[in-house]
Amino acid sequence: MRFSGLRVIKEGLTGNKGWSAHWRDPSPKDAYDVVIIGGGGHGLSTAYYLAKEHGITNVAVLEKGYLGGGNVGRNTTIVRANYFLPGNSEFYSHSLKLWEGLEEDLNYNVMHSQRGQIVLFHSDGQRDTAIRRGNAMRNQGDDAELLSVAQLRRMVPYLDYDQARFPIYGGLLQRRAGTARHDAVAWGYARGASDRGVDLIQNCEVTGIDVEYGKVTGVQTSRGAIRAKKVAMITAGRSSQTAAMAGMRLPIESHVLQAFVTEGLKPCIDHVISFGMGHFYISQSDKGGLVFGGDLDMYASYAARGNLPLVEHVMEAGMTLMPMIGQAKVLRSWGGIMDMSPDGSPIIDKTHIDGLYLNCGWCYGGFKAVPASGHCMAHLVATGTPHKAAARLRLDRFRTGYGLMDEEGTGAQHNLH
Amino acid sequence: MRITCPICGERDRREFYYSGHALALDRPAEDAGAEAWDDYVHNRDNPCGETRDLWYHEMGCGAWVVVTRNTATHEVIATQLAEDTS
Ligand SMILES: Cc1cc2nc3c(=O)[nH]c(=O)nc-3n(C[C@H](O)[C@H](O)[C@H](O)COP(=O)(O)OP(=O)(O)OC[C@H]3O[C@@H](n4cnc5c(N)ncnc54)[C@H](O)[C@@H]3O)c2cc1C
Ligand SMILES: [Zn+2]
Repeated sequence: MRFSGLRVIKEGLTGNKGWSAHWRDPSPKDAYDVVIIGGGGHGLSTAYYLAKEHGITNVAVLEKGYLGGGNVGRNTTIVRANYFLPGNSEFYSHSLKLWEGLEEDLNYNVMHSQRGQIVLFHSDGQRDTAIRRGNAMRNQGDDAELLSVAQLRRMVPYLDYDQARFPIYGGLLQRRAGTARHDAVAWGYARGASDRGVDLIQNCEVTGIDVEYGKVTGVQTSRGAIRAKKVAMITAGRSSQTAAMAGMRLPIESHVLQAFVTEGLKPCIDHVISFGMGHFYISQSDKGGLVFGGDLDMYASYAARGNLPLVEHVMEAGMTLMPMIGQAKVLRSWGGIMDMSPDGSPIIDKTHIDGLYLNCGWCYGGFKAVPASGHCMAHLVATGTPHKAAARLRLDRFRTGYGLMDEEGTGAQHNLH
Repeated sequence: MRITCPICGERDRREFYYSGHALALDRPAEDAGAEAWDDYVHNRDNPCGETRDLWYHEMGCGAWVVVTRNTATHEVIATQLAEDTS
């Protein structure tokens, strides 16, 4: 089923009765060339690019719940390419370029909205860092603009500029950054993969990974054993448990990250705004709700809900930055499980087991990575060599120190990224 | 979440600084080699369920506390001074 303007008008006039399911609902086969564990954004995009770029279509995506029920449907939808360090910068730059062609490529409205992201700074030191980061972004071929306070006041008049603790000194703007409708991203990739022959199998939990003589041979699932020549572990917050099935320990600790949405309001916040002091970020959804969040809850957790101290912290940061939102009613809050790596950077790599691949460590920033992660993962699984945009996202970098990408410069503690 | 400091009693979680899994206490020997040190610094079991981690009572008595806790329910099961665990 393809979308087109004509089709939308026709369906609109005929009671929308002609739309069909977006993907097939097959039963698992006995064997596949590639089995992908995890039907989140990264698993689905990997399946899509395996089929589209490499012609590998004898593929199954095994999802223990429903497609898009994990973090791909829980995040605050921010898409940007303002990373600083070599390794990350080329990867996220690659991802943003894929975002820019995504709707056409998928024939799916993912509501990619390049409304611009402003990262505020609050001291001379932070300004220097913002200038360096802006230069790095421009060097990698992306856009960045430094905004003075005067420029900012014209663009976003509603911030509390002169507050005593964190006066606003300016901001770094990336105009090509913005948001996208997270569920639609999962659905678009799912439909694209399914149409190309990939089997998307929901309610199918992987419970074991079969390895013989150092080579992967398949998986055990809640719907029976499935043989596979190659297996890709793409399970975000559950990475440690998945890897443990293959006898591996990962440099990952799982943490909960919360987010919030208010009642629908008239359009008032036109950009994505990040508060550099309180770790608070906010945007307004197309439905009008203010979508915002802040820090991790800061201790290892698998509860897809948070605790109240962080709720209070996020609200305080929001009120400090923009007192005007104080009257808005928060409708919902929720949490997702983040696979925090010790350097805050992701891992896309082969494992020491032949045919077994790993994609994890997305921390709290993996939504924007969905296109490039799938693109690079598919390249790795299909060809056996890393894609050049992901060449440094290796598992052994912690041991060797080579290409260590400590984006925040905070060291090896998982919750600090 | 509330944590019982063995010295101060039950306290708000915000009085404590979280410092990761309690395996930090099992420091390898200096000459244990890169593999062992990589494992110690970076790798984690990261269980969904019962775990032991290390919290510093920074807004209280300054003790390091080993907290046995369920990561899925947030239930705190037991606490012990880190210095008593070895
Ligand atoms: C509150 C919040 C805000 C965020 N904000 C942003 C943001 O603004 N921008 C950004 O870039 N990133 C953001 N992120 C991070 C981003 O959402 C994640 O990094 C990313 O979604 C993770 O990849 P994924 O979509 O593939 O994960 P998921 O959607 O979680 O996919 C993993 C899937 O694996 C499945 N699975 C696990 N174990 C098994 C098994 N044994 N068998 C079968 N299936 C299994 C799970 O059910 C799940 O569906 C945010 C996250 C949260 C929680
Ligand atoms: Zn104490």
